[in-house]
Amino acid sequence: MALEILVRAQTPIPLDVSFQVAPGELVALVGHSGSGKTTVLRTIAGLWRPALAQVRVNGRTWLDTAAGVDLPAHRRRVGIVFQNYALFPHMTAAQNVMAAMDRADPAEASRILDLVNLHDLADRKPAKLSGGQQQRVAVARALARKPQALLLDEPFSAVDRATREKLYSEIIVLRRHLQMPVVLVTHDMTEAQLLADRMVVIDKGRVVREGTTAQIMADAGALRALGIREVAAMLPATIAAHDDDGLTRLDAPTGPLFLPGVTGAPGTRVQVRIMAHDVILSRQRPVGLSAQNIIAGKVGEVVYGTGPGVLVHIDVSGHEILSRITRRAADQMALTPGDTIHAIVKSMSVARDHVARAPQEDPQTSDMTTSQGAPDKTP
Amino acid sequence: MDWTALWLSLRLAGWTVVILLPVAVLMGRLLAYRKFHAKVLVEALVMLPLVLPPTVFGFYLLVAFGRNSLLGDLWQSLFGHQLVFSFQGLVAASVIFNLPFAIQPAQRGFESIAPEVREAAACCGMSPLRSLWKVELPLAWPGLMTAMVLTFAHTLGEFGIVLMVGGSIPGETKTIAISIYDRVQGFDDKGAAIMSAVLVTISLFTIALTLWLSSRVGRRLS
Repeated sequence: MALEILVRAQTPIPLDVSFQVAPGELVALVGHSGSGKTTVLRTIAGLWRPALAQVRVNGRTWLDTAAGVDLPAHRRRVGIVFQNYALFPHMTAAQNVMAAMDRADPAEASRILDLVNLHDLADRKPAKLSGGQQQRVAVARALARKPQALLLDEPFSAVDRATREKLYSEIIVLRRHLQMPVVLVTHDMTEAQLLADRMVVIDKGRVVREGTTAQIMADAGALRALGIREVAAMLPATIAAHDDDGLTRLDAPTGPLFLPGVTGAPGTRVQVRIMAHDVILSRQRPVGLSAQNIIAGKVGEVVYGTGPGVLVHIDVSGHEILSRITRRAADQMALTPGDTIHAIVKSMSVARDHVARAPQEDPQTSDMTTSQGAPDKTP
Repeated sequence: MDWTALWLSLRLAGWTVVILLPVAVLMGRLLAYRKFHAKVLVEALVMLPLVLPPTVFGFYLLVAFGRNSLLGDLWQSLFGHQLVFSFQGLVAASVIFNLPFAIQPAQRGFESIAPEVREAAACCGMSPLRSLWKVELPLAWPGLMTAMVLTFAHTLGEFGIVLMVGGSIPGETKTIAISIYDRVQGFDDKGAAIMSAVLVTISLFTIALTLWLSSRVGRRLS
């Protein structure tokens, strides 16, 4: 494993967390605020020293409290993007990036700024950049350090939804070129689901569950810690066409999907997050309904919780859609695994920032703003 | 016009600034970044010269620097003359009574740097010294600038402590403030008026220059 961490502490909050991240893997550390996520990240960076901790990166020990090893932060090859970016206000974007290099190299700085689509703004000071642009500088600065571990601390929380949608896709495209382990701290499940390969769910300082998005979404224990309203399915899709009325037609394994204005050229592969509480179920294919997406599938597992809600897994040609309905409705419909069922998704219920680029390479280049040439250059 | 006294005052102010700059950086940083038990006590000690009457402060300095004091004897044996009533003694006194004017603004300057910005510097691979040079000093500069100007201007204007510790030896400890006092005592109103005007001009110019420089720094950051 490229990154191994173990933290045990009583202050600032009780903490007992350990997990590993593979090279090139993005692990999201999710949980409510105050659950200890950021403290874990700060331990990796060397900004916090818990009572008992071990941090190993690429076989090298950065921190081992038992053995008395504690590399200071500036000796750890770590790239970190802070929640508020913490850019150096007296330096331009390019100087910020060069500040993280062992030897200031303007050509390299300009190449990295290209990578985050900021080339034209290299000479601007942070105060003259928008929130999204500042975030890009922060990412560029973190990469300029040639980090052996990249740490992202709620990096999207300070930008608006529209910018976030763009930044998600940029990070996804950028990630294809990164070989180091990446840890993303977030309380936003959309972010975690769209960006992460794996999630580590932390609650009150302890790891509750660890697994892929699909595993976490099927896990009642994890969902309790995350909040049941966060349950959602991820569908891979390809942009098919932009219709004149503003809707975008996507080809998904579950059939065509109509969503309001998705950014990207036809052929662009995306992933769509469909919230379970937005999905209505019907035994018959409904007619005369305003909803544009009616997806036929088979009832899979029906998970009864302790509350009034029930989570229904619907299998659609090997992919899964989740629906959260009331226990009363499930009883009235007498849902049994194997039954044919129709999942109804209102187009308007899928927010723009719930659609992002697919993590894999596109089969063809698209003209999406985020992919203008730069990402093709490998760092 | 007593040019010797003016030159002495400027030298005194200059030396005080030169000696206090590193002290202000070290102490300002310490007080801005660290939390420790005796912090309030240290801050109170630093502030003390602001509230004590110059005579009280001067008296203690006389006792500390004078004959039969540890410091006074050490100085006498090292340099062959006593510390009080000498230029060096004046500089030492000046450094001490200017501590609040140097440390307080410096501390505010360092406090204005967000902790994450310092952490970012470390995570960019900067050693503490490099971080100080590349990130902290440029950002705390307005505070340090204020500290230096206040110190300089305040030294030019100090009267009571200088008189207590230095006496009024021409060319050695007689500053312009004391020279003005002597002229007034000797009914030389014209001389006092000229020297006062010169002192006002120099002080005004120094402060205006700083304000202009720090507004430039402000623009550089935005």
